[in-house]
Amino acid sequence: MAVILRELTTQPEGLAPGHGLCPGCSESVVVRQVLHALGKPAVVALATGCLEVSTTRFPYTSWQTSVVHNAFENAATTIGGAEAAYTAMVRRGAIQPRDVVFVVFAGDGATYDIGLQWLSGALERGHRFIYVCLNNEGYMNTGIQRSGATMLGTWTTTTPVGKLAPGKLTWRKDMTGIIASHHIPYVAQAAPHAWKDFMTKVQRAGSAEGPSFLNVLAPCNRGWRYEARNTMRVSQLAVETCLWPLYEVDHGTWKLDYRPRNKRPVTEWLQSQGRFAHLLRPENHAIVEEIQQRVDGEWEHLQQRCQE
Amino acid sequence: MALVTRHSRLVKEVRGTPVALDGATLVAYAMRQVRPDVVAAYPITPQTVITEAFSEFVANGEVETEFIQTESEHAALSACIGASAAGGRVQTATSGPGLALMWEVMYVASGNRLPIVMHLCARALSAPLNILCDHSDVMGIRDAGWVILLAETAQEAYDNAIQAVRIAEHPEVMLPVASVMDGFITTHGVERSEVLPDEAVAEFVGTYRAPYSILDVAHPVTVGPLDFHDFYFEHKRQQIEAMERAREVVCQVAEEYGTLTGRCYGAVEPYRMEDAEVATLVIGSVAGTLRTVVDDLRRQGIRAGMVKLRCFRPFPGRELAALLGGVGVVGILDRSISPGGAGHPLFTEVSSALCQRGCAPRMRSFVYGLGGRTPAPAQFRQAYGDLLADRQLGAEASAPVYLGLRE
Repeated sequence: MAVILRELTTQPEGLAPGHGLCPGCSESVVVRQVLHALGKPAVVALATGCLEVSTTRFPYTSWQTSVVHNAFENAATTIGGAEAAYTAMVRRGAIQPRDVVFVVFAGDGATYDIGLQWLSGALERGHRFIYVCLNNEGYMNTGIQRSGATMLGTWTTTTPVGKLAPGKLTWRKDMTGIIASHHIPYVAQAAPHAWKDFMTKVQRAGSAEGPSFLNVLAPCNRGWRYEARNTMRVSQLAVETCLWPLYEVDHGTWKLDYRPRNKRPVTEWLQSQGRFAHLLRPENHAIVEEIQQRVDGEWEHLQQRCQE
Repeated sequence: MALVTRHSRLVKEVRGTPVALDGATLVAYAMRQVRPDVVAAYPITPQTVITEAFSEFVANGEVETEFIQTESEHAALSACIGASAAGGRVQTATSGPGLALMWEVMYVASGNRLPIVMHLCARALSAPLNILCDHSDVMGIRDAGWVILLAETAQEAYDNAIQAVRIAEHPEVMLPVASVMDGFITTHGVERSEVLPDEAVAEFVGTYRAPYSILDVAHPVTVGPLDFHDFYFEHKRQQIEAMERAREVVCQVAEEYGTLTGRCYGAVEPYRMEDAEVATLVIGSVAGTLRTVVDDLRRQGIRAGMVKLRCFRPFPGRELAALLGGVGVVGILDRSISPGGAGHPLFTEVSSALCQRGCAPRMRSFVYGLGGRTPAPAQFRQAYGDLLADRQLGAEASAPVYLGLRE
C-alpha cells in the first residue's frame, strides 16, 4: 500500500475547488491528502470550524463525498452513530456492504477542548473511524482565540501581549499522548509538508480494525501571522525544531518516523511567525528558554518511548 | 397534498397479551418491537429502567439493534443524529437533566429533519436536585421542533411509543418525536397493559426508507450545512409546515392504531365535557386522578368535566377551543413553571389558543406536583371549588393557585 505521487494525480478529488478557506490555509491540503490516501469512498463528519463553514455554505457544497455536520463538540459521536447504523443496516440486509471509510475532520478546539469527552467516549466504544485533528493551535474560525493546543507565550486575541502577560501563560496538552492512552489500534502525529509520511499514516489508519487518531499540524497563516506562501515551510520548521515530532503508536508500539539531522533551535520557529514576535524581545528571553526546555524534555521522553 | 396511508390492509383488530409491567419496561418492550437500527442512550433516573431492559434484549439477542452506550445524554442524541443521517431507524431515551444536556442537539435533530424517537421519562430539573416527576424538562423543549406526545398510563406510553415511529417517519412530517411518560408514576408503577404481537407491531411501523443517506456513496449528500440569512429562514418555515402537517398525521396514525388495537387516541381526550360548566385541562398521569374528582363532583350535582391533552406539539388549539370555548370557567393545571412569564407554560398555551379563536372562557392557572409532590384528589377538589367561586363571583383574572404547597 505505497503512496505513489503519479497515481495520486489521476484520482478524482474529494474536495472541489471554490471553497472559502483562506489562501495559504493548510486544511484543504490535509483533507485532500486524506481523501487521496484512502482512495475509496469516505463518509465524513465535520466538527464546527473553519473547514466546515468554508465548504458547506448552503446551497453549495465543496464535498464530492457525503458529509454530516452536527455541532462543535460531537463529530466523533456523530460518525460513531453513522458507523453503527451502517453495521445494523448491513446486518438486516437493508444495504449492501460497501467499502467505505468513516472519517472525522475536527479542529484542535473541537478535539483538545470542547469535544474531548465525546472523542474519548467514541474511542472507548471502539467505533471504526479515522479521527483527523486539524491542529492550528487555536480557535481560528472565531478569530484566533487560545485553545488547549496553544503553546506557552503565544499571542492570541484571548491571550494578548500586555503589561502583565507575555501571551499564553501555560503549556499545551499532549493530546496525541492522551489519545494513545486509550489504547486504540493506531495513533499518529503528522504534518502536511511531510506528505508521504502523512498519507502512509492515513492508509494505516484506514486499515485499522478500530478507531484511529491522526493529530495533524495545520498551519494557519491568518492566525499565526506569516505570509501565505510559507505554510509548508512553517510546517517543516515545527518538525525540524522537534516542536511537532512525527511519530506513531501502532497497536501500542511507539515509533519515531522522522529524526531531524540537525535539530533546530525553537527560535527559528518563533521567528517564522508574527504571533511570537514579542517573544524575541530581550525581556521575554526566559519564556523562550522555557519553551526550549519543554520541547527538549518532550523530545527526550518521546525518544525513550520509541526506544531509540 | 394527500397524506399517504400505509398498511391499510390492517383492518382486523389484533388481540393483545395482558401483562403486568411498569411503564418503562413496557416502553423498552415497544422499542424492541419497532426494531430500531440504532439506539443510543445514557442511564439516568428514572429512565434507567429502559436502558437496562433494552441492554438485556441486546444481550439476549432479542433485538438486532446496534446499542450505543454513550458517555452522556448529549452524546446519545449526537450519535442518534449521525445514525439517522445514515438512514437508520433510531431511538433514544432520557429524563430531566439528561434532556437539558441534549438541548443543543435537539434543534440539530429537528432542523435536519431526522425522524428520531425519544422516550422521555419526565423529571424535575435541578436545582435543588430532584429525581421525581414534573414537566419542567418537557416544557424546556417545547420550541425545539419536536412532536411531543404525553402518556397518562403505561399502556398509553406503549401505544405512543409505537405510533411515534410512524409519525416521525411519515414522509410528510420527517420530524423527531418525544414520547413522554411521567417519571416514577408511569415509569415505575406496575399496571395491567396489553402488548401486541411482535409481527403486528412490525407490520404497523413498517420499514423505514430514508430519503437521503450519507452512506449512499453513489449519491453524496451534505447534511447539516452552514445556512445564513439567505436560507435559514426558509428552512425554519419548512419545519413549521412539517409540524402543521403532523396534526393530521398524529390523528391518522392514531386512527389506524385504534383499528388495530381497539384503543383510540386523538390529540385531546375529553371526559364528561358534554354539558360541563366547569372544567380542567391536564397533561400526563394526573388525568386519572382528575377523572375520579370529576365523578365525585358529578355525584354532587356539579357539572364538572376534564380535558386531557395527549399531543402538546403540534398544539391542538382548534380542538381545545371547541371543547372549552363554551365552558363557564376552566382551570389549567401546570406541572412546571415559567417564573415571570405571562403565565405558566400550559396556561399560556391554552389561553393563547383560546383567545386567538375569540372563545376564551374565564381561565385560572393552577400549579401542582412540582418535584414529585403527590397530586392528591383533595387538591383538585379545591381547584374545582376555586373555579366555581371564580364563576359565581365573576372574578377577573386571578393569580395562579399552587396546589398542595405549604405557604
